Amino acid sequence: MTLAKRIIPCLDVAGGRVVKGVNFKDLVDAGDPVELAKKYGLEGADELTFLDISASVEERATTLDMVRKTAEQVFIPLTVGGGIRSAENVNELLRAGADKVSINTAAIARPQLINEISDRFGNQVLVLSVDARRADTKSGFEVTTHGGHQSAGIDALAWIEEGISRGVGEILLNSMDADGTKAGFDIEMLRAARAVSSVPIIASGGAGKLSDFGDAISAGADAVLAASVFHFGDLTISDVKKELAKAGFPIRA
Amino acid sequence: MIAILDYGSGNLRSAQRAFELAHSQVVVTNDPKICEEAQGLVVPGVGAFAACMDQLIGVGGREIIAARVAKERPIFGICVGMQVLFDSSNEKKNCDGVGVLQGEVDLINAPLLPHMGWNNVSAPSGSKLFQGVEDEMFYFVHSYAAKTKVPNALNTTCEYGEEFIAAVERDYVVATQFHPEKSGDAGAKLISNWVASL
Repeated sequence: MTLAKRIIPCLDVAGGRVVKGVNFKDLVDAGDPVELAKKYGLEGADELTFLDISASVEERATTLDMVRKTAEQVFIPLTVGGGIRSAENVNELLRAGADKVSINTAAIARPQLINEISDRFGNQVLVLSVDARRADTKSGFEVTTHGGHQSAGIDALAWIEEGISRGVGEILLNSMDADGTKAGFDIEMLRAARAVSSVPIIASGGAGKLSDFGDAISAGADAVLAASVFHFGDLTISDVKKELAKAGFPIRA
Repeated sequence: MIAILDYGSGNLRSAQRAFELAHSQVVVTNDPKICEEAQGLVVPGVGAFAACMDQLIGVGGREIIAARVAKERPIFGICVGMQVLFDSSNEKKNCDGVGVLQGEVDLINAPLLPHMGWNNVSAPSGSKLFQGVEDEMFYFVHSYAAKTKVPNALNTTCEYGEEFIAAVERDYVVATQFHPEKSGDAGAKLISNWVASL
């Protein structure tokens, strides 16, 4: 018996539609979130992640509605991120049908938010999304904000450690250097994060070809997240799982 | 009718929809009368044990469960909803559970926690709950679990760092540490097995 490595399609959502761009720019429409969620569920996705990249106050109702509709039709775990600023926001999402939430900017602005959410709902609901890039910091990686456009002035590995000590249950490590390039995951960054993390790590950013997924897992990822390669049909989840099985990794068939 | 106990914990909507695939009448409620008299009562649960117990007590959940036990009416505990059925848990602090299942809930000894994701289980022969899905994977997300087999019950185990109890079937009490409502087709089959047994 072995815990399966998870394959997680990520749906970036704006205005109730799935969108995709390179390095968070040049967004194009990639479909209806509920329909795509259903399709990925049927294809064997192990979890789904929605990131509300508009994350404006006005759009919270749209997001909740989308989560509700998805959770009613897709019976695999659902993580929702974007615009979460309080434990009450988390409560709304969980009640709408989310199983986990991911936080990013709001936790950087006020790290105590991690404790507040974790104390109330447990660490298993909370994913710390870290948009990191290579930089001249202690570990060689720094945290960015605004979709990778600005430095947050924090060392990425130090932030991961702080997040875990405050109560996050999982790390979503997104390489802002690799995101959208389809040139493979940042393996060095994954190895470095694995060395300091006592919670599961989801690798994100850079998936392009089949072998990239196994490389990320070998570097220490417990799950692998990808968006455009799935949305635009370059790869299917089933292709990825077959490749991983062939390489000897435990997967859910 | 199947009642899903609403005590402010758990992904109630997903649970409701998943049970609706197997039964035409599923309600989310904490009305004591409905909960005590429903054909089946589902006790969900997400979060820390002590917080869940507080909330459960707050809606009279202990009394509801005791009333069903007295009449031997089916109960299905899920995740922390399974854990609260045990005698106690030592998550954060020692805390009493409902005590329907004998044993205590303890931290899993594994290098990486939470135990998060899809894992196999080992179901004993004769399990009605796992009929047809003995070799499937189910979705777990937890750091604590019961580790001692419940006496006079069918115990299904899982291994992550060490062996722990993934599911219990004892007469009218059924419980799973994993989330059947989040376990895709395998979970749906398991839920329909339980509904068929009511």
